[in-house]
Amino acid sequence: MKIENLVQISETEWEIPMDTRPDMRVPVRLFATRELLEQVIDDKSLEQAVNATTLPGLVGHVIVMPDMHQGYGFPIGGVAATEYPHGVISPGAIGYDINCGVRLLATSLDFESARGEMGTLATLLNKYCPSGVGKAGIIKVDLKELDHILRDGSRWALKNGYASEADLARTEESGSVEGADPARVSERARTRGREQVGSLGAGNHFIEVDVVDQIFNEEAASTMGLYQGCLTVQIHCGSRGLGHQVCTDYVQQFQNAVRKYGIDLPDRELVCAPMDSPEGQAYLGAMRAAANFAFVNRQLLAHSARRAFEETFAPRTRNWHLHQVYDIAHNMGKIETHEIDGKQMKVCVHRKGATRAFGPGSPGLPPEYQKIGQPVIIPGSMGTASWVLVGTQESMTRSFGSSCHGAGRLMSRSKAKKEVRGDELRKELEKRGIEIRAGSMPGLAEEAPSAYKDVDMVVETVSKAGIAKKVARLRPVAVIKG
Amino acid sequence: MGFEEISHTADWSVRVWAWDLPSLFAECARAMNALAGTVTGKGPRLKRTFETEAADAESLLVGFLSELVYYQEQENLAFDVFELEVKSAALTGAAVPKGQKLKVEMGGAQITSIDKAIKAVTYHNLKIEETSRGVEVVIVFDV
Repeated sequence: MKIENLVQISETEWEIPMDTRPDMRVPVRLFATRELLEQVIDDKSLEQAVNATTLPGLVGHVIVMPDMHQGYGFPIGGVAATEYPHGVISPGAIGYDINCGVRLLATSLDFESARGEMGTLATLLNKYCPSGVGKAGIIKVDLKELDHILRDGSRWALKNGYASEADLARTEESGSVEGADPARVSERARTRGREQVGSLGAGNHFIEVDVVDQIFNEEAASTMGLYQGCLTVQIHCGSRGLGHQVCTDYVQQFQNAVRKYGIDLPDRELVCAPMDSPEGQAYLGAMRAAANFAFVNRQLLAHSARRAFEETFAPRTRNWHLHQVYDIAHNMGKIETHEIDGKQMKVCVHRKGATRAFGPGSPGLPPEYQKIGQPVIIPGSMGTASWVLVGTQESMTRSFGSSCHGAGRLMSRSKAKKEVRGDELRKELEKRGIEIRAGSMPGLAEEAPSAYKDVDMVVETVSKAGIAKKVARLRPVAVIKG
Repeated sequence: MGFEEISHTADWSVRVWAWDLPSLFAECARAMNALAGTVTGKGPRLKRTFETEAADAESLLVGFLSELVYYQEQENLAFDVFELEVKSAALTGAAVPKGQKLKVEMGGAQITSIDKAIKAVTYHNLKIEETSRGVEVVIVFDV
């Protein structure tokens, strides 16, 4: 596909019209500048977005965010809403890492006063937060206890002393998605999950300590407890092997479901089933259970991050406490009500590499965020800035209450490893004052900043488009990776 | 028989070719091990068996490779020897029969090091095709 084939609506908005391919059910709406589009025009992002428009029961547009890149089946950065309950749900349009997301914690501790302790802090975070290929989690639970985690999510963490009421209030869905059904999660998925509760994993998952570098919206920042120069912590991970197995199981099962329901799709990774079918209901129950697992996973890692902060700073200062700013998912299917063609409609919003970004006054937000809108956490690539944004009224009407989720990859992992040496990158980042704790040097090279788009440009795009507003820019000072 | 990596922005993609379906499946498993940088120890050799049924060869392949992902994560095992048997009541006579069963006996050992784990095997544009090299497939792995 060429840029000339797209219809430009504004500087930051484009459309792939319905007549581009005969099997399209809705158009594609892209939030991107020409420069960002040019970066992905040769990969399969746009083709995958068009493929996504063939899902039965779609409403509005398939939306694609400026951090888009090719995935498998559905593009990363994609949002698609299907009519509830007769439209379909597609596991591949949510992704393998169900409820992969980001948690942001903040402290009133000033970076300048903590600078001398950053090495110790990074070492303790690395010690208390298990990371790396297949690493076991902070706790190991039996299958009965795992079922409680899958059903109750963060409520389990609260009951067991790993969370506070304030943490739950500042987590999407309060960390506990209703309708989770552990019985729909296979034994194999549960076996994979029971040893991984409270673990970061590998790949692009990380814990990062940042400094609030710049504030753009004083009111929203102070409501979130973010102040210039203070330390924050981001935790980026998901549902680990359990979520991957749930998606694997249902993508496999839905190969038969599409035949049963006569659904014709251009890519088998997009397989789906009507939400009101037995297959659709089973996946919804399992997907929500995996989402609850991911909320608990990030909650336990937050608990360990607090332990690391306490050990590092409590002997010297009283203001080391980490409060939760927010925890958001960026791979999830959610039943939400949105205005479509002037009518309120219940839909299933599939977000894959896209963040929920509800505007002010939206249901489900804690009282303190009702006025400012939902915090949207956008981690940048390693060594570059991250952002805190808020959702807007426009995001509710134009993008199903969604925004971007990160910088977005630009370069393949193998090319990144050829161009960047992990040990040299580590030295370079450390020279810039960033403490690095990484289990794998090739893994570090894969996540080099040059392998990603410019996160500032991505954020500028959603901001100009009006689907999120800038609140604060964060600068990294320590990174922990598997 | 062989495989080559194909550039993919975020995940891993590999083209694999072989002279028939069983050898293609085995070569896909070897490609997975190579991409992940899996190294096994010189300790005792271990055997596992796997059986599955599916409507088509692609589903058998995803099922088989997903089984290897599971063993890698749960038992820290990687396999390098495969005896594969494809049974079908309705072979089409082509190199890629439809509606079949797969039985695999796998030999391997404990993993001593791995660069990067494959987390899942996708169906993205998955199609086993007959070519001049025998049979060929492109697989995308989630990493």
